[in-house]
Amino acid sequence: MPLPPDRLLRAYRQMKTIREFEERLHVEIQTGEIPGFTHLYSGQEAVAVGICEHLDDADWIASTHRGHGHCIAKGCDVTGMMLEIYGRRDGLCKGKGGSMHIADMSKGMLGANAIVGGGPPIAVGAAIACKARRDGKVAVAFGGDGSCNQGTVFEAMNLAVVLKAPAIFVFEDNGYSEHTGADYAVGSRDIAGRARGFGMPAETCDGSDFFAVHAAMGRALERARNGGGPSTIEAKTTRFFGHFEGDPMLYRAKDEVARHRETMDCLRIFRARVSERSLLDSAALDAVDAEVMALIDRSVAAARSAAPPTAADLLTDVYVSY
Amino acid sequence: MRQLSMRDAINEALHLEMARDPRVIVLGEDVSGGAGGTSGQRDAAGGVFGVTKGLLPKFGEDRVIDTPISESAIIGAANGAALAGMRPVAELMFADFLGVCFDQVFNQAAKFRYMFGGKTACPIVIRTATGAGMNMGAQHSQSMYALVTAVPGLKVVVPSNAYDAKGLMLTAIRDDDPVVFFEHKAIYPRKGAVPEGDYTIPFGEAALVREGEHVTVVAIGRMVSFAEKALDALAAEGITADLIDPRTLSPLDDETIYESLENTGRLVIVDESPPRCSVASDIAALVASNAFHALKAPIVQITAPHTPVPFARELERAYVPSPQSIEAAIRRLVKQ
Ligand SMILES: Cc1ncc(C[n+]2csc(CCOP(=O)(O)OP(=O)(O)O)c2C)c(N)n1
Ligand SMILES: [Mg+2]
Repeated sequence: MPLPPDRLLRAYRQMKTIREFEERLHVEIQTGEIPGFTHLYSGQEAVAVGICEHLDDADWIASTHRGHGHCIAKGCDVTGMMLEIYGRRDGLCKGKGGSMHIADMSKGMLGANAIVGGGPPIAVGAAIACKARRDGKVAVAFGGDGSCNQGTVFEAMNLAVVLKAPAIFVFEDNGYSEHTGADYAVGSRDIAGRARGFGMPAETCDGSDFFAVHAAMGRALERARNGGGPSTIEAKTTRFFGHFEGDPMLYRAKDEVARHRETMDCLRIFRARVSERSLLDSAALDAVDAEVMALIDRSVAAARSAAPPTAADLLTDVYVSY
Repeated sequence: MRQLSMRDAINEALHLEMARDPRVIVLGEDVSGGAGGTSGQRDAAGGVFGVTKGLLPKFGEDRVIDTPISESAIIGAANGAALAGMRPVAELMFADFLGVCFDQVFNQAAKFRYMFGGKTACPIVIRTATGAGMNMGAQHSQSMYALVTAVPGLKVVVPSNAYDAKGLMLTAIRDDDPVVFFEHKAIYPRKGAVPEGDYTIPFGEAALVREGEHVTVVAIGRMVSFAEKALDALAAEGITADLIDPRTLSPLDDETIYESLENTGRLVIVDESPPRCSVASDIAALVASNAFHALKAPIVQITAPHTPVPFARELERAYVPSPQSIEAAIRRLVKQ
């Protein structure tokens, strides 16, 4: 059943918001105003949004170091995120977390995670909570192709199978973990096959196609909600930037990003699909584009002028008695 | 003399020792890079900080091993290779990732020699990037050397400069015990005079970086240069200090600290880790136990607060001890 137009438009808005958020960060980072290391999600938007479109604030996700897209798709406040990335006091985590640690429990966002493989066990725990409460909610663990080589991820997958936990493992295969290709580092390169080895259903989908991801998630969700336990979704995707901002990408063919921007741009693919099928008209999409640009402009302006934390903030949110 | 960055000094030590000893292998994530990529270019990274650059083209894929993201397997495989007669240098990209592989570090590597009744050694080196100062957040900025210093069987090295880093790395690889080698990421680019060729710096021998009268300052890693800045500023007031860089935390050259205290009677310890169960508190305890008679004033520990490392620039700056906070603490102590 096709999604109703309002949900389609919302999905487009979220993908577009992620894209512009990241493209703008790519520019703003050159100013030197943004501290630390930033990993951009451009190119992978259809995965985060295709998955999270099914979820509400009471469902859970655990994210990764490349987490901005997951946060936006799960409903985190865009300006609060921007402030966090700039290290501002009114950021979503008071400037204490930064790009790699954005979290918002009120949105079911269990946190970006700078430890590869840190998230999946946490997601299984949230799934156990859902199961215990019988609230019909699920937990999603996002991870990259690289993360599926981490023992903690295997432990989480097996535990979820054993407990029939309503957990969904989403692996975004963007071809690389840092400077190393997935065809080198992921033996067999068959992440779904690994998941099946643990005894859960798994499917591979085109991560540049919102509709393919969305459909796969629909099946996984139905199974999880009906007590059928975990599933895995392996989404084939690409990243439009380096591993982190400043990565010279010596490991990638020179024209690869340009080619992928031509052929694997999930926003373009989405627009083509919805107009082909007359699901949304292009004026509505253009209006969303304009709204999103204005939102990103406002967020950056707000982040730039926002106050930094003060030295007193250093000692809050932790038990200190000495 | 020739000036090299700490990064290049460690790189040179690895080159030298791999050329000298065919048992030395290097393994870790992206230690070369480009494997399986679409450019066909290997050595595309040489480690995320460039410390292992150029090793793959020289020594080949059997000895320079790019691994998947699997810290337990990296350290475990280094342990196994060591038991089987190699001298592995494993890279743990960030010291925080000790959290992922701690079993292989403290239950396995640390125990073999003793637990097997001296039948084997475990000559591995775990090289890892440590410390705050680059706004990398709570999971990429910690100073975790106290954790491993607490484990019998492990040796722990924290170089503060390029010269020491090279000499200590050569010692580390030749040492028969497992060595955790903490490289402060904020001082990788800092240059210093580094001789060409082979030289070693023994473990358990502190460096007396400066000699002075009024106070003994013990500083670890990056904090050594911060302490030097503080002492530069205090020189105008006539305050001088013995500045001691332990260089290795295990074994620890505590004797040099006691000897200095016989002259100065006052001790300041600077450590960028949180204060509890830290190397600073450990040195303070040793001094209180073994050199109490020499102390004219309470020991001062300058550390990070008991919090995770914050992200924002303003917070991280407030978190890490600064030359100014060190200067103020020394002045207060000396004028007491
Ligand atoms: C335990 C751990 N090991 C290594 C790293 C360093 N690191 C950060 S991201 C990354 C690559 C992750 O690759 P993948 O899972 O494919 O995610 P992608 O970056 O492609 O989104 C690595 C090695 C880390 N953060 N945590
Ligand atoms: Mg990847």
